[in-house]
Amino acid sequence: MFRNMKDLVHQAQEQGLSLAGMMMAQELETPGQDKDAIFARMAVQYQVMKQSARRGLEGLRSRSGMTGGDAKLLEEYIQHGPVLGDGLGLRATRYAISVNEVNAAMGVVCASPTAGSCGVLPGVLLAAQEHLDKTDEEMTWALFTAGAVGYVIANNAFVSGAQGGCQAEIGSAAAMAAAALVELAGGSPEQAAHAAAMALKNLLGLVCDPLAGLVEVPCVKRNAGGAAIAVTAAHMALAGIKSHVPPDEVIEAMYQIGLSLSPTLRETAQGGLAATETGNAWKQQLWNPVPGQEDA
Amino acid sequence: MKYRSVFDIIGPVMIGPSSSHTAGAVRIGQLARTLFGRTPDSAVLRFYGSFAKTYRGHATDVAAVAGLLGLPTDDPRIPQSIELARQQGIALTFIAEEAIPAHPNTLTIELADGRGTFRATGVSLGGGLVQMTEVDGFSLKLSGDSPALLIFHRDAYGTIAAITQQLARAQVNINHMEVSRSERGKTALMVIETDEKVEPEVVGQMESQSNVFKIITLNP
Repeated sequence: MFRNMKDLVHQAQEQGLSLAGMMMAQELETPGQDKDAIFARMAVQYQVMKQSARRGLEGLRSRSGMTGGDAKLLEEYIQHGPVLGDGLGLRATRYAISVNEVNAAMGVVCASPTAGSCGVLPGVLLAAQEHLDKTDEEMTWALFTAGAVGYVIANNAFVSGAQGGCQAEIGSAAAMAAAALVELAGGSPEQAAHAAAMALKNLLGLVCDPLAGLVEVPCVKRNAGGAAIAVTAAHMALAGIKSHVPPDEVIEAMYQIGLSLSPTLRETAQGGLAATETGNAWKQQLWNPVPGQEDA
Repeated sequence: MKYRSVFDIIGPVMIGPSSSHTAGAVRIGQLARTLFGRTPDSAVLRFYGSFAKTYRGHATDVAAVAGLLGLPTDDPRIPQSIELARQQGIALTFIAEEAIPAHPNTLTIELADGRGTFRATGVSLGGGLVQMTEVDGFSLKLSGDSPALLIFHRDAYGTIAAITQQLARAQVNINHMEVSRSERGKTALMVIETDEKVEPEVVGQMESQSNVFKIITLNP
């Protein structure tokens, strides 16, 4: 049983397990659970992630018309040889945008940890699978790594924008993805934990200010940013860089910042980008009740 | 610990766009329907906080109605739920409430048919996880993830002991339990979440006790 990152890393080291192995062990503590069944269920989540990542590349649009088509643009950009290079970060970004565009269009996604942040983890993992030539089984274990980090954050802080701002959503997702990437690349539990901390640190304070309250703008592009930050944090951790502030304290800082955020900056579409001229125009257009809808 | 499983974090598989405002609303709708026990003739949905501001854009209304119809969170028919409800003759009313709730994502659902009325309130915690916080005026904390019994009973000594003894005899382990009451000596609500499903015969035996008024069984 682990309650925080310190427990998680310490117990993993003592038992010679990865963070993924720790998460599986924790899951098996619930009576009546079966390891193969748990793994099979997680394997399904990964397939859903893959499908959503591919679907968005075709260029679909959301019902509001606010988002869609950007993953396709990035795909074409990569195909034609991007002038700024073609690394893991760019490929992760493309898939992250793709998944979140599918989400905005009311398609099927796997929340990780939420739907608003559902692009980060698949984005990073799919790009990593191609880059490192990993099997789906190895990728499924990476979801347990991500799950372990998300589990700690969710139980000690929050993962919803309405409660803690975007830092709680994209921040958590980036932390989860960074840790998963480190274990996938052969890093230690401690390195994975520091990658998570460094990713989250870079997103602290980020507010949840979606235009007209829709999970579209700026969510889709923040999934791209979250994926890029996760890749950067994983690189740093694998190089031996540590977060100066320990992972649990970073999580606590995120929690305290979230509590002090004004409600206008927690998914209510009353502040930040939502309160710009463009944000207000979208609100006007989308919040005006359609006649007859109020009493369907 | 609010979150108990890795699948609370990696999941649910769902129809977008929001785990709290779409998938969570489907779950609250499903639980309200299950607790009511049947398809209602009418439903009034009251949105509070962030739900009140953004329910149209997040399709929270559509999602909650999908839940009332019993659809799962990843059902492709979710976007058409209001139309489906209309075809089944269910009258729907959506109200954006001004009152500021304790939790930013709060939804109250009032259901009715010829046999009675029912009211439940749920909050969406994020990531598709929900908690029912009120049923017919009784406060509770029900995740809906474990099998559960909601036992409406007379607020009299010995009732709780009798019920838990029956569970012990049936070899059912309790993982969470709480009791709330409207007024001393009147009706109380005992909520028991269990690791194992409680067999209908056991529920029947409980219901035959004179102090027990009604039992709602939840089997996820």
